[in-house]
Amino acid sequence: MSVMGAPDGRGRFGEFGGRFVPEALVPACLELESAFTEAWADPAFVAEFHQTLRLFGGRPTPVTPLARLSERLGLRVYAKREDLAHTGSHKINNVVGQALLTRRMGKGRVIAETGAGQHGVATATAAARLGLDCTVFMGEVDTRRQELNVFRMELLGAKVVPVTTGSRTLKDAVNEALREWVTCVADTHYCLGSVMGPHPFPWMVREFQRVIGDEARAQLEDLGVGVPDVVVACVGGGSNAAGVFAGFADTRARLVGVEAAGGSAIGHGAPGILHGMRSMLLQDEFGQIEEAQSISAGLDYPGIGPEHAHLAASGRAQYVEISDDEVLDGLTLLSETEGIIPALETAHAVAWVAGAAGNELAPGATVLLNLSGRGDKDVAQVRALMRGGG
Amino acid sequence: MTTLDERLSAARAGGRRALVPYLMAGARPDWTRLLEAAVAGGADALEVGLPFSDPMMDGPVIQEAGLAALAAGTTLDSVCAELGALDLGVPLVAMTYCNVVYHYGLERAAGRLREAGVLGTILPDLALEEIDSWAAVCDAGDLATVLMVAPSTPPERVARVAARSRGFVYAAARMAVTGAADGLGDGVAVVERIRAVSPVPAYLGIGIASPEQARAAATAADGAIVGSALVRRVLDGASPEQVETFVRGLREAIDAP
Ligand SMILES: Cc1ncc(COP(=O)(O)O)c(C=O)c1O
Repeated sequence: MSVMGAPDGRGRFGEFGGRFVPEALVPACLELESAFTEAWADPAFVAEFHQTLRLFGGRPTPVTPLARLSERLGLRVYAKREDLAHTGSHKINNVVGQALLTRRMGKGRVIAETGAGQHGVATATAAARLGLDCTVFMGEVDTRRQELNVFRMELLGAKVVPVTTGSRTLKDAVNEALREWVTCVADTHYCLGSVMGPHPFPWMVREFQRVIGDEARAQLEDLGVGVPDVVVACVGGGSNAAGVFAGFADTRARLVGVEAAGGSAIGHGAPGILHGMRSMLLQDEFGQIEEAQSISAGLDYPGIGPEHAHLAASGRAQYVEISDDEVLDGLTLLSETEGIIPALETAHAVAWVAGAAGNELAPGATVLLNLSGRGDKDVAQVRALMRGGG
Repeated sequence: MTTLDERLSAARAGGRRALVPYLMAGARPDWTRLLEAAVAGGADALEVGLPFSDPMMDGPVIQEAGLAALAAGTTLDSVCAELGALDLGVPLVAMTYCNVVYHYGLERAAGRLREAGVLGTILPDLALEEIDSWAAVCDAGDLATVLMVAPSTPPERVARVAARSRGFVYAAARMAVTGAADGLGDGVAVVERIRAVSPVPAYLGIGIASPEQARAAATAADGAIVGSALVRRVLDGASPEQVETFVRGLREAIDAP
């Protein structure tokens, strides 16, 4: 397997990945695997995917040289502007791909899980565009924390189901979506929101997101930068990171994934099996899954995509963590120096670059920062945090 | 000690239709008394749930029981210690999720379960494609790996699942997670698909709640599995006597001429 190539026949990236699902879901996963494999090899499908992202999704997103931040940090920082994509983050790339695939498979309905609501809003958006029914599962705690996103999804014609089991957050929303999928696989596609879950999801979602890295590679070439020294992205499940890494996996660029300290599956987890995959997971000594804790709902996940677990194990990528305290500094730094308010998730990556400048990152190093999303969704929370003194 | 295959085949040869109640270990402090009550009520085997934080194949009732068990500190070791002290006289099948046994270590988990008198396991998130390492350990340790056939399982795959299943095949009556429902769903068709390719006993479960359903299930298949309907009663505070009465009601319906 080449670095960030296709997984093996069992959906493994090294020792991670696989397909750990109830028998009832196996046929649907097999169907999806062959549908995606065929579609991705079909130039007409690939063209429709890119055309939809262009005409509807706001692609290509630019690469912006961050001059003032670069000067401040003594680096040469470039941002890949996924914050400018439709719905405000990279999530649109994946959902457009999966929605088109849903239609190609002859299914008329999608279900999705969401934490903060970003993936839910993106799924509802793509579903509206393609005329698919859409139901989104969201932890009850999150529906209260992110009321506006619930309303957005409803405006887009989706049904939002509050999940009242377990911890009532993202991991339970995934459980509930999987349980629902068992009952309706025949006519419904599960539009998973990150590079996680059973094979083929981690691979498929990364392929839909690799447009980020492929575009950025060409754009940096055009800017005369060439291959950057470092590519940095925040990591929840790991889809924006996988997408941007995929464009540089075959180069000498150092790949850095930034996890939330309270959701650091690589940093504090152990190998385990959850949500259909074998990966690194936060768990206790008995193998019970622990809850993640992060200021940003999008990084509040106790696991990480299996390909990242493999990239970490093989040493091709490095995973670091940023605490909640450092995140607000990252957010204000980018806002004040560049006029870009990043999402709290994205601010983790900004904070790492700022902290690493001058030590881990040599002066003058070129850095590609994947700006996974914009901060509009977070401004009320940020204001409350700042007024409350953190 | 005999294997699950031997125990269940012997029962079938005698013409007995099996009743397999499910109970969650640790859901209540007196949970082992509930196992005894189910046996007194006429259970032929017991499915014992080992709680997992994220039970993706379970509906609200068994989820609730699992969370209660976890809150009470239930672990694979604590369950095995308590089971090992019992003499129930019927085969025990542990039902849990992959991470519980993988985290414990496959060989260690199989050994510990067998030592506690468990004869088989059901890991609903371990499908055929991923089963090899666990199956090898279980085969070596005389622990049966019970696999599921779902209504969505295509015929060619039913044959492979049935061939790899030990003890019995868990026939899922419907495309759903655990939880009480009406009727037999697709159960009859699923059992027919298994029967067409395999001599292994098939027990029908998922949504079997009432004596009438249990009778229909045990008639269509070789046995009936009753979970959420029983666990609901346990969560609502049923006494061991009430559990015994409920199970006896299922037994009598199954055995009625
Ligand atoms: C802006 C943004 N970045 C990152 C993430 C984390 O997801 P992933 O790691 O899959 O990119 C989210 C998730 O909601 C997000 O909204």
